[in-house]
Amino acid sequence: MIFVEIISWIFIFTGALLGIAGGIGIHRFPDFYSRLHAVGITDTMCAGCFIIGLCLQTGFTIASLKLLLIFVFLFFSCPTATHALADTAMLSGLKARLDKEQ
Amino acid sequence: MIFTVATFAILVTISLGLARALMGPTVYDRILAVNMVGTKTVLLIAVFAVLSGRTNMIDIALTYALINLVGVVAVLKFVEQGNFYTDGEDD
Repeated sequence: MIFVEIISWIFIFTGALLGIAGGIGIHRFPDFYSRLHAVGITDTMCAGCFIIGLCLQTGFTIASLKLLLIFVFLFFSCPTATHALADTAMLSGLKARLDKEQ
Repeated sequence: MIFTVATFAILVTISLGLARALMGPTVYDRILAVNMVGTKTVLLIAVFAVLSGRTNMIDIALTYALINLVGVVAVLKFVEQGNFYTDGEDD
């Protein structure tokens, strides 16, 4: 039984690290379009690790089914929101910083 | 114990996101940061639901994820067209 506990701890811990990595990434990246990537990481992968870790904690119940539903929805909605964001930014003329000497 | 680590990490991520929302040069950085904070709030509610054993709170997290997406798209539409009542053809 303790084995499942350890695995869920590992998942939750990697999710936490990915979240912090995404948070740091959103500050270090120079340009809006590269920051989209940082948020993308935190949205799908970190949420996925968290939710799988939580599913192992709650075991084989309705709650873990709801958690998986959250993950499925986040898995589809976050890229869509990021795409809409990048599309609007590009349409409004926000130029990506491609080279250093700009 | 692991839940306190998870909650602390999520709170750090949310504070970083809010800092980016305040500092963000363009309005799109701010929307991006708010989107990230919203997703992390979903995770925070889910972690707290499992932590406290009240698993009916997970529905709240699911609803919040839905609302977060609609909110981001609504703000984008507002930013792009300046108002809500035009349907975007007559620009």
